[in-house]
Amino acid sequence: MKNTGKKKTITEDIVRHAAKLSRLHIDESEIAKFREQLARILEYITQLNEVETKDTFPTTHVLSSMKNVFRKDEPAESLSVEEVMSNAPEKKGNLFKVPRIIGNP
Amino acid sequence: MPPRKKEISSRSPGSSEIPRMEDILSSIDSFRQWLKERSEPAEVSARFLAERAAALDKDIKAFMRSDVAAVMARSKKAAKAVQNGRLNGVPIGVKNNICIKGALTTCGSRILEKFRPPYDATVIEKLENEGALLIDGANMDEFAFGSSCETSYFGLTRNPWDLSRTPGGSSGGSAAAVAAGEVVAAIGSDTGGSIRQPAAMCGVVGFKPTYGRVSRYGLIAFASSLDQIGPITRNITDCAILLEVMSGYDRRDSTSVNQPVPCFSKNLSRKIKGVKIGIPAEYFSVGMDEKVRKRIEEAIEVFRKLGAEIVDISLPHTKYAVSCYYIIAPAEASSNLARFDGVHYGYRDPDAEGLIEMYTATRSKGFGAEAKRRILLGTYSLSSGYYDAYYLKAQKVRTRIAGDFKDAFGVCDCVLTPTTPTTAFKIGEKTDDPLQMYLSDIFTIPANLAGLPAVTVPCGIGENDLPVGLQLMAAPFNEEILIRMAHAFERDTEYDKLLPPVSGKGKEADEGLRR
Repeated sequence: MKNTGKKKTITEDIVRHAAKLSRLHIDESEIAKFREQLARILEYITQLNEVETKDTFPTTHVLSSMKNVFRKDEPAESLSVEEVMSNAPEKKGNLFKVPRIIGNP
Repeated sequence: MPPRKKEISSRSPGSSEIPRMEDILSSIDSFRQWLKERSEPAEVSARFLAERAAALDKDIKAFMRSDVAAVMARSKKAAKAVQNGRLNGVPIGVKNNICIKGALTTCGSRILEKFRPPYDATVIEKLENEGALLIDGANMDEFAFGSSCETSYFGLTRNPWDLSRTPGGSSGGSAAAVAAGEVVAAIGSDTGGSIRQPAAMCGVVGFKPTYGRVSRYGLIAFASSLDQIGPITRNITDCAILLEVMSGYDRRDSTSVNQPVPCFSKNLSRKIKGVKIGIPAEYFSVGMDEKVRKRIEEAIEVFRKLGAEIVDISLPHTKYAVSCYYIIAPAEASSNLARFDGVHYGYRDPDAEGLIEMYTATRSKGFGAEAKRRILLGTYSLSSGYYDAYYLKAQKVRTRIAGDFKDAFGVCDCVLTPTTPTTAFKIGEKTDDPLQMYLSDIFTIPANLAGLPAVTVPCGIGENDLPVGLQLMAAPFNEEILIRMAHAFERDTEYDKLLPPVSGKGKEADEGLRR
């Protein structure tokens, strides 16, 4: 789908959709405020369309010397299991514990 | 209150006059001299310095908390490991998004309220290897999203020059702590100006190195194609020393560049005669405070007097930098912040029943309003149907912005601009208008988009008796020219000696603690 970003304003439904994708719950009372703020920011950002970029490559690495970096797959020292688990909100032994994933509780 | 010039107190041995603590803390060199003369166990001076910083910080709140015991424990460890480090015992503030093993590293967010990293960031290792006394918990906007320190979950920081104003942000705690003389120096991170804007607004030196110069291993990521760690100091000599200590290739950061690190602190005093300074017309055509403009024009004359050559240049895509940034930075942030899901570390909502409900409740309660705004904006611009129009477009405009600089560095050695269009703004002034807040970074964002090194140095006093910052930018990995130019300017103007009135309190705190 092509979208020029021109004149198209963000709707409350789009805010709800983006919130869902982001795993955020936005109170209905706040949706309008977020929509308005995002619309103002996006309206400002449409000025990018003034720049002709047909023959311009997108920047992926800001310094041209940078390329993908690979390391050898060699065993090396790492953090202990205790250290890795030390910040877990909930755990069981050496496992991170999470709420039920499948089916209704 | 008018700003005052610091008087250099005599510190000849045997003199009955007690040197003022704020003078002692004004440079690494004078601090180390003081420490040597005291010849006491490291814990004693560490306790004194940590307690003094906490006492001085009551109004300013540059730090989110004071953990004197932890500072002392680190000092003890460092004293045992390091004998003759370049930063032995030097108190250095650390922005709370840089991991120190075992220290609360919150990013100013509720979602990391109790997070204690199991490892040290590379810059932390490097500073400790030189014996630095690290004071953790410098306040910041939540996840570095902001330009005023007002979005921190742990409360706001005040500008030492005027307590009704913000210190700038997002490294506002680091900049305020240095300006107030609580620490000798601090480190921050800069994604769109987060070191330079607060340094300018607090009247101190702030340096954003070339992208890839300083390892970001252990820096909690905001926008990975833009983030860099750098120093905030009282003067450019200290800045050069810290930069030297912090820089260098690190295999643990895949964006770290394997380039030799020059001795930044060695070539400080080289002449600047014949160096070409570019003045981009576009930075002077936007709205800016009159006195800020005047100070910058005076600075240009200072450089001319010192033998530099001034050339007019054009950076035609400057006006698109903020737009470009506010697509790229939130897009990358929305992706980086996906890791905060209440599973491996950080806050978890205890009541949610299913997994998805737990994710959603955790993130909704854990993130503040600006973080949510950026996550929504980033998620939207990356979502199906909008990616080409926003993210891809912005990446192309970014190429053009970087191209402007490439052309400019064909005719000049560095670029001179104001660091910010205004001096420090009032607390609450921009909190309801995100776009206005974003526009306060208009002059600092381009260097991040182009990956360039950039420095801000104090440039006198502007509107409301507040400090003005002068920004210099150079080609990638050409930090040296910036340090040399900034040093020549500092030596000629002595603007580094302008201190905020509030730091006089240092004396009381100092005397109170000595008894």
